[in-house]
This record gives sequence, C-alpha cells and structure tokens, in this order.
Amino acid sequence: MMGKVIEEEKRQLSDYIKHYRPKQILRDRIMESIIFLGGLSAVIFTIGIFLFVIKEAWPFLSSRFSLMEFLTNIEWYPVSNVSVRYGAKALFVGTAAVTIGSMVLAIPVGIGTAIFISEFCGPKFKEVAKILIELLASIPSVVWGFIAVMVMNPFIINVLHEPVGLNVFNASIILALMSIPMIVSIGEDALRSVPDTYREAAESLGATRLEVVIRVIIPAAKNGLIAAILLGVGRAVGETMAVLMATGHSVAIPDSIFSPVRTLTATVAAEMGEAPKGSEHYQTLFTIGLSLLLITFSINFISDILLRKSWKRK
Amino acid sequence: MKEKIKIQNLTASYNGKSILRNINLSVIQNEILAVIGPANSGKTSLLRCINRMCDFIPEMDVEGDILLDGVSTFAKRDSTVIRRRIGMVSPLPVGLPMSIRDNVTFAPKVAGCKDPVILEEIMEDCLKKSALWDEVKDRLDMIATKLSGGQQQRLTIARALSHFPEVLCLDEFSIAIDPVTTMRIEEILKELKKEMTIILVTNLNFQARRLSDRTAMIFEGDLLEVGATKDVFSGNTQQQKTKDYIEGLFG
Repeated sequence: MMGKVIEEEKRQLSDYIKHYRPKQILRDRIMESIIFLGGLSAVIFTIGIFLFVIKEAWPFLSSRFSLMEFLTNIEWYPVSNVSVRYGAKALFVGTAAVTIGSMVLAIPVGIGTAIFISEFCGPKFKEVAKILIELLASIPSVVWGFIAVMVMNPFIINVLHEPVGLNVFNASIILALMSIPMIVSIGEDALRSVPDTYREAAESLGATRLEVVIRVIIPAAKNGLIAAILLGVGRAVGETMAVLMATGHSVAIPDSIFSPVRTLTATVAAEMGEAPKGSEHYQTLFTIGLSLLLITFSINFISDILLRKSWKRK
Repeated sequence: MKEKIKIQNLTASYNGKSILRNINLSVIQNEILAVIGPANSGKTSLLRCINRMCDFIPEMDVEGDILLDGVSTFAKRDSTVIRRRIGMVSPLPVGLPMSIRDNVTFAPKVAGCKDPVILEEIMEDCLKKSALWDEVKDRLDMIATKLSGGQQQRLTIARALSHFPEVLCLDEFSIAIDPVTTMRIEEILKELKKEMTIILVTNLNFQARRLSDRTAMIFEGDLLEVGATKDVFSGNTQQQKTKDYIEGLFG
C-alpha cells in the first residue's frame, strides 16, 4: 500500500520536472527585466546628475568662466560690488590639504585596525570592536563638527599654543576619525573574504602569523583594501558639515598644518543659501559642484586603471 | 628502528563532539605509514594535530601529546618551528595567490633563506620531484591560482617539500590528480622515503597497499589496529572491521 503511494508520488514529481512550464518562463522574463531596469537606473542617475550640474553651471561656464582664473587665482569674491572674482585655487588647495592630512592618519590606522580585527584579535574582542566601530560610523557629521569646535579647538589653542584652533590639523583629525570606521569595516570585509585555506597553507609552511598577513593575506585582499581606502578618500573629499566647522572657513593658501582653510564643499554649503537662483554666484557654486564630481570620478577612474594594471601583470 | 613520531594518548574533540579517542601510534623513521578508514573517522584531524594546525581551530580541544624525535611538540610555544619540520599536503589544491616561483620559495624565504641562487635550485628541485617542472618551467612568474586543479595540487606537494621536511604528511594527495601523474608521484614518494618519514592518509586502499610499509586503520575516532601492510592486506588483520573495510564490505 505504502509502496504504491510512493510510486505515485514519484511519477507525479517526475512529470512535474519534465513538464514544460510557460508560466515559469514568463516569471523569469519579468524578473530579468526588473533587474535590468535596476541596473539601468544606476547609469541613468549618474548621467542625470552630471547633466543637471552642467546645466545649472552652463551660463557661467560658457560666458565669464576662465579656467585659468578658476584654478590659479586665490581671490574668491563672488558677491563683490566693485569687481567679482571667482578664483577657487584656495578652495582646491584647502580640500586637498584636509584630504591628504586626514588620509595620512586614516589609512595606516584604518587598515591596521582592519588587519588586527580580522587576523590577530580573539573572537570576543572582535565582536565588541566591530560594534564600536559601526557606532563610530553612525555619528552624524554635525556632531563631529561640535567636537572640532568644542574639544579640538581649545586643545590646539591651549596645549599646542597655536593662535587658531580651527585649521587643517583640526579638520584632518576630525575627517580621519570619520573615515576610519568606513576603511576598517570595508577593509575587514576584504580580509575576511580571503579563504582560510590560504592561511592554513601558508602557516603549515612554517610562516608566522605576521608573515602570512604580509605575504599572503594582504596581496590576496589588495583590491578590497584599495576600495576601502578610496571610499575613505571619497568621504574626506565630499564631507561638508564637519569641515565647515573645523577648518576655520577662511579663503587662504595654508602655509602650515595650523593654518585655517576653506574647502570646496563647505563653500557651496555656506554660500548656497545667499545665492539667488540663476545668478552668476549660483552658477559658480554649481561649477564648484562640477569640479567635485570630476575629482571623485577621476579618483575612481585612476583606481580602476591601477587595479586593472595589477591584474594584467599577473 | 627509530621512532620519528610518537603519538601518546591523543584525544581530540570538536565543539564537544569527540573526534579522536586515545590514539597511541608510532611512526618509524623512513617508513611510509598509510592511514586508512572511512570518511569522518578523524584521519585529517590526526594530521592536523601532528603539525599543530589544531591551534588554528578555536573549537578544537586536544589532549595527550605528540613527540617528534622524542621531544613533545605540544609543549613548544612556537608552532612555526614544528611546522617547518613537517610538510603538509591538503586534499584540495591551494595555490597561494602569488607566482609559481614565490609559492615554492615561500617556505625557504620565511625560514630565512635569501640567496636567490639557492632559492632557484630549491624551486627547480621541488617542482621536478612533484612532476610539475616540465609543465611550468616557461611560466614561473604566472600567478599560481591560474593553474589547473591537478597542477595546483602538484604545486602544493612541491611547496610541502620546499622546506626539507623531516616528516611529510599527505592527506588524500591524489584526488585532484590523474592516474598517470599519481603513479609518477608515487614513484617519487618511494624515493623520498630514503630522506624522510611519510604519513599517507588515503581513501584508496590500493594506494595504501602499493606504497606503504605499515598501515593504520582508524574507525570513528578509534585506532583499530596498526600492522605491516602486507599482513593487513592479505587478510591477516587483528580486527574483523579492518578486514571488512579493506574488502569493501562497508565504508
């Protein structure tokens, strides 16, 4: 009796498997096109943002704009009654200064922490550290700005005896603290995705843990680690609120790490509210936005080329 | 008859589940000892204990001791010294993500050898011993993970030989290699026996019979018996279970 039931079930199952099902094919088609639209939207949004920024900046770009003035003049007087000047050199230098400063701190600390968490520490510490680092990542940037103004500022003035507390040094530290969680989290993912068989194979050859990390794990996770660093750089270039509060917001070429500067992002954020829509000032701010887009795109592009080169060599 | 390795009362468990129970086993210098037994018997765990790879697995508890040349390996804090004396070939091929040359010279380099001439000699010698030299000699700078599975497995063997181990542990070395190459490597193992002691974990009973001097049968974490291979494979076993396994009645 039981045997018969099972036989019948088997027959039904094999009929089901062999049977041609147009419904399933239709479902696959629909799913495929939804996924395709999802992919397409990423392209459309990217191009759309570019076009929008260019469109808003275009009247200025096509008339008064001079690339020489924009990149080499340090005089940024967008609302002067006598003669407006749009020299953004100091803003570019300011952005570069805080980005480089923060990365000098954040890359070694972030990658080092990622390696420690992934390869050296015990499972309990690992859990606690990961939670704390994620918490660090979730602190809003304006809170970092408060820390810059209320903690770092008096510290620099009273302990380091510098006249101005809001400067490149201050902003670099704040930006580093903001980028480190991101670098750690993505870097740790990259290191964890290296298969354990590599670790075992290398250790069974008599390598110490440190040798395994330096010679095997880091080269294997290289692409992910570079991605982690670039996201950190992207964060530093694009961060607005905290640097607006921490840099001192003064248009000048810094002559030391304790000079105040102003960044591209902070300029847009601070001046956008006063610039009437469609005015020349408004258009120059969009030109700055366009420059920021170009900077981040070229960072991504260069890293792409670097990664591809390192693959080809192998 | 010098005892190269002496396993004393070795007991191991993984997450509380017992995987090896009170193993006492000696490996004699310059012999090939085959370890046979059905899947999940603890053969691989035994090898992991021998080269202290068990340190790597936090869930694994190990008791007892393993003596190498009469000296406890478990008492040593620095496991790298022990691992340099023991070569290990894992069942699945692992080409480290670096060039073929760097794969084979990795162990000598971490052991402190810097002379490029010596490194090159070691590399050529090891690749020849693992029957891989002819296939890769023109592309030593290629990344090793691009080799085929079988080639990577032979690379793993070359790597295990590269630090001149006193003991070579082979865990199912032939599952990713074709029969012809397997035979070539088996011939080489018979030669290597003069220089080192070999522990061969295998699921292929014929391989154990062809190669080994003695055979140990492990079943569900217990060492059932150890005997001369010719006795074990001619039906002269102490345990009925071993006989049944060899005759293919279970396993």
